[in-house]
Amino acid sequence: MRITRVLSVALFALGLAAGPAAADSSPSASPSGDGGAPTEAGTSFRTATEIEQGQTATASGSAGDYLYWSFPADTGQRPTVKATVKLPEDHSGSEKWQVDVYDGLRRRQACQYGAQTRTAARGASSVELSCTLRTVRSWSEPWADDPLPGTYYIRLTVVGLAQSDLGLPVGAEVRVDSKDIGGSAAVDGSLAKPLVPGIAVTSAGEDDDKPGSAVLSAIDPDDGWSSGWWTDRWVWTGIGGVLAALAGIGGYALTRGSGRPSRVPPGA
Amino acid sequence: MIRRQRLAAGLGALLAALAAGLAFPAGAVADETTAMAPKVDLVIDVSGSMRAKDIDGQSRMAAAKQAFNEVLDATPEEVQLGIRTLGANYPGDDRKTGCKDTAQLYPVGPLNRTEAKTAVATLTPTGWTPIGPALLKAADDLQGGEGSKRIVLISDGEDTCAPLDPCEVAREIAAKGIGLTIDTLGLVPNAKMRAQLSCIAEATGGTYTSVEHTDELTDRVNQLVDRAADPVVVPVATEGAAECAKAPTLKSGLYTDREEFGQERWYRVDVKPGQELRAAVSVAADRAVSPDYGVLLRAVTVHDREIVRGEAAGTGRTDVISTGLRYPKADSDDENAPAETVCLQVTHSFAAAAGVKATPGLPLELTVDVVDGPSDASDVASFGLGRGWWLLGALIVAGFLAGLVWGWLSRWRVAVWRTN
Repeated sequence: MRITRVLSVALFALGLAAGPAAADSSPSASPSGDGGAPTEAGTSFRTATEIEQGQTATASGSAGDYLYWSFPADTGQRPTVKATVKLPEDHSGSEKWQVDVYDGLRRRQACQYGAQTRTAARGASSVELSCTLRTVRSWSEPWADDPLPGTYYIRLTVVGLAQSDLGLPVGAEVRVDSKDIGGSAAVDGSLAKPLVPGIAVTSAGEDDDKPGSAVLSAIDPDDGWSSGWWTDRWVWTGIGGVLAALAGIGGYALTRGSGRPSRVPPGA
Repeated sequence: MIRRQRLAAGLGALLAALAAGLAFPAGAVADETTAMAPKVDLVIDVSGSMRAKDIDGQSRMAAAKQAFNEVLDATPEEVQLGIRTLGANYPGDDRKTGCKDTAQLYPVGPLNRTEAKTAVATLTPTGWTPIGPALLKAADDLQGGEGSKRIVLISDGEDTCAPLDPCEVAREIAAKGIGLTIDTLGLVPNAKMRAQLSCIAEATGGTYTSVEHTDELTDRVNQLVDRAADPVVVPVATEGAAECAKAPTLKSGLYTDREEFGQERWYRVDVKPGQELRAAVSVAADRAVSPDYGVLLRAVTVHDREIVRGEAAGTGRTDVISTGLRYPKADSDDENAPAETVCLQVTHSFAAAAGVKATPGLPLELTVDVVDGPSDASDVASFGLGRGWWLLGALIVAGFLAGLVWGWLSRWRVAVWRTN
């Protein structure tokens, strides 16, 4: 399988070498319609609702619930998680809400930007949270916790509230979009399998279409995981080579001057 | 930049399909519907206080009945639903008898909507509120089967049958390892009842909801029943040891265990050369704990050398604290190289809040995946390729200089040839 992938990618790269100009115009996340967007959230890592990037998922719950979603993020993407919580009109005190993002190994991922925690004042009708992760790399050392391609979990919860507000109905909305960082983040090395929990179990039992058999995470981007072979560094390096060759010809031509060398005697 | 190779993926899939066409014939699918059926037990409080008319102008009992009727209509086909009452039959004052008053109104099994509705219609608010005993019985109702199990407790008052603390009952039920979740709904709650019901929910990883309107009750119960119908991976119960030598050997999968405060849990995983071990652990706070906590997961060799660790710490309200690690074992030239035994050590630094029982231990969830190893990086950049204007500039300068030197060399050669 790996070999076929490599082969097919090599074929593709050959075909693409002719048109490097096309290499800068890929939208980050496919804007899929919200028609089939989930309207429920899970309550633990195990039951997290799977969403796609670019999809607005909604859920209703109670203040105090821990709401979980999971989404796929691939090499070169820098995902931003946005969450909006609609609070009940009659909440009696301020509520502090927080969104946390965990990777496929349930390691908490740091937010580069965004208000991850925000306090809604008394009477506020909604609170908006956001978290921008680091760029997903194709490989990292095992001792680092860099984001790797795979499943990411969102946990949305209230971390501080008045006791009397516990259990009141709230609405939540989450959306993940990602920016394509491109070749500047293309590192060497790649994982054999994306960081999807339970992938060793799902890929061992090939009959994964068995009805009713649940998997820990069935997450898969719309158009598959990137193979990690393509980066725009191929284009840069290729163009660099061509320019170097042209400059070489130029330099060579300079030393030749125009016409015959002056030291050559006429009629030689 | 085109990162996604749709064409490549298509080609790859085509080749793979050709290659694998005969290798994996569709496996026979066993009929596991009955064993895997999700089970839900609705436990409804029918104590005297349900007579109070404060939900949308009607009595709490009427609201509950109306909600139940709608829920019974909307229950998914595959869910086995049962109904249990508490305080429905004994109207007297004897506390001892009153606190045993819980009965199965409709047994857990395939749902007959008409029969269930008729049974619900007979309910009249009567007696005490024995939440603890009712939960124990409800857990018994749900025994057996592999599917998810859920108790939905609807109550309008706190337990009146101390000293049996329903919160501890819930924790013990969860510790039995039958994968049961208790969700609680409080009708027009007061502070004490809210604390008790949310404690019950927390103990089993369930949710607590305050209800003040009939439609809220209907929506929430419907949502909880639907949640039960969602297929979920059922973890395998295991018991870690206090040291690596005695630890159980785990394969890829999802495991649960219990870890007491200050305890160490050890597990072993075999990793062959060229494979990668991925382990994730989460420890749930199922009771009141001090607000600062952490978890540590270490991968250690049998000779007690630490390979890699995952650690996490947190503060404030939480359901779990989790961390994970990756250990790619280097490939070996020797094809018969033995698998390495990696010891996984889990410790957490939760501290029980004052007056909270320390046993049973906190629920621990461990995911183990042993997959093929990564192809390691030989350079920082992808394939060692370059990028950016500095690269182009450097290449142009280098090319130009090379051209110049080449030109001069050939001129010099021509000149030498001519003089000879």
